Amino acid sequence: MITVDSACLGFSHGGATLPVLHDISFAVAECDSCAVIGPSGCGKTSLLFLLAGLLRPDRGVVEVVGQEQSGMILQNYGLFPWKTVAENVGLGLVLRGAARKTVAATVERLLGEMGLSGFGGHFPGQLSGGMQQRVAMARALAVEPRILFMDEPLSSLDALTRERLQNLIAEVWLGKRITMVLVTHSIEEAVFLGRRIVVLGGRPGRVLRLVDNPEAGGSDYRDSDVFFHRCVLLRQILKGEGDGPET
Amino acid sequence: MGRKRDIALAAVVLLVLWEVAALALGSMALPQPWQVAVDTARRLADGSLLDDLAISTLRALAGIALALATAVPLGLMVGAEEGLRRRLSPYIYLLYPVPHVVLLPLIIILFGIGEFSKIFLIALIVFFQILVTTRDAAKNIHRNYYLAIETLGASRLQVYRHVILPATLPKILTAMRISIGTAVAILFFVESFATTRGLGYIIMDSWGRADYVALYSGISAMAALGFCLYLLLDRLERRLCLWTLSH
Ligand SMILES: Nc1ncnc2c1ncn2[C@@H]1O[C@H](COP(=O)(O)OP(=O)(O)OP(=O)(O)O)[C@@H](O)[C@H]1O
Ligand SMILES: [Mg+2]
Repeated sequence: MITVDSACLGFSHGGATLPVLHDISFAVAECDSCAVIGPSGCGKTSLLFLLAGLLRPDRGVVEVVGQEQSGMILQNYGLFPWKTVAENVGLGLVLRGAARKTVAATVERLLGEMGLSGFGGHFPGQLSGGMQQRVAMARALAVEPRILFMDEPLSSLDALTRERLQNLIAEVWLGKRITMVLVTHSIEEAVFLGRRIVVLGGRPGRVLRLVDNPEAGGSDYRDSDVFFHRCVLLRQILKGEGDGPET
Repeated sequence: MGRKRDIALAAVVLLVLWEVAALALGSMALPQPWQVAVDTARRLADGSLLDDLAISTLRALAGIALALATAVPLGLMVGAEEGLRRRLSPYIYLLYPVPHVVLLPLIIILFGIGEFSKIFLIALIVFFQILVTTRDAAKNIHRNYYLAIETLGASRLQVYRHVILPATLPKILTAMRISIGTAVAILFFVESFATTRGLGYIIMDSWGRADYVALYSGISAMAALGFCLYLLLDRLERRLCLWTLSH
């Protein structure tokens, strides 16, 4: 269960405080999924950091039950360039003191699922951006989190790989019954994966609308009329904001 | 390998330059390379040079090792721990630019004129070089890496092991490379007094006796010592920092 109630956040810049998030309120139920969408710089990453406990709100309440069992995929993947792909993926388990064999088996399985078999010995710097994102995803999943926070995890993938991984995320979410929060720039991605969609507006970031989207994650949802109309709705809400189109 | 060939070629060029300079100068103070080579070979064969080479190598290595063992952990902590950095940086700032060689009299008073004083002086000078580089490297680790390891739930010690140390290792090795040059120079200095062993002694002694061929045998051996330490470090770097070669 995630509860955010009137949360505000600012960053101090040379004495002055720059407000980044203003009066944010929403909730995500256990095993539910939530997509956060909004223009660049509106505070999506900051909001995710609040949820993951990496930042504290200046005012208001952020309560995340099971935060200590959460995993996170950072916007720029956050891979360690000095560790191989396999070491990166297995790191969470290693830190928890898992047996070497368990780590190796888990890493092997996840690399397979992510279509990265055979790349375990490479360094992140030798992989494409999309492959690095998949490594980051594997690393977050390796520790079997109860809550998964994802900051634009699929932004540099080609359309087909992206859909395949969206399906995989949906499978993980429904199959392992985890709670997830996904930050994205893509309207289609938000609608496909977020059962609840938080639409943020810019400067300071505030909630424009909370959209319920109960069909999210369904296998043929993308081809349905409901999907199409939700996407149009989101586009209108974001456009109404007047910040121009986002890429 | 191309690199080995290039080094061999450079060595030949330097020898030729030496030969030309020796012939042009026609002075006793610069013997020809072959004279030095013959003398060096004779000393190697009768074992006398090996003894001095060994003792000098041990002094240099012990000094560097002592400096590493103290400067690296301290530098990492001062760089990575905000509070420690604030408290200790002023001292480093004041102590680093002092020419530590001038502390020799004090060191002799404290530790006598034995082996330890020599090693200690080498260590002291190299210590500051490694300390400052390590501290700066640890200070400049990108915040993302800390966030990434934090989301994986690492203890502070694990952060050192998996982020701080590996992230700074290339810089530490660069500092060591510079330190080797320094250590050999200081070696010459500390071996020019209160000892009858070591390459520095050979150089000073031959100089006093105006035996220039022997003088250059000592110099060549010292250069070779520095070169071997360099090669060793190259090896180490290629083993430890594979990832920097992958870009
Ligand atoms: N550590 C920080 N210190 C100061 N200001 C920050 C910090 N992190 C973010 N900001 C500011 O907060 C605002 C929101 O940043 P944030 O990264 O949360 O936006 P975002 O919605 O994730 O953007 P994007 O879509 O480009 O990733 C920006 O104006 C940014 O400059
Ligand atoms: Mg962001």
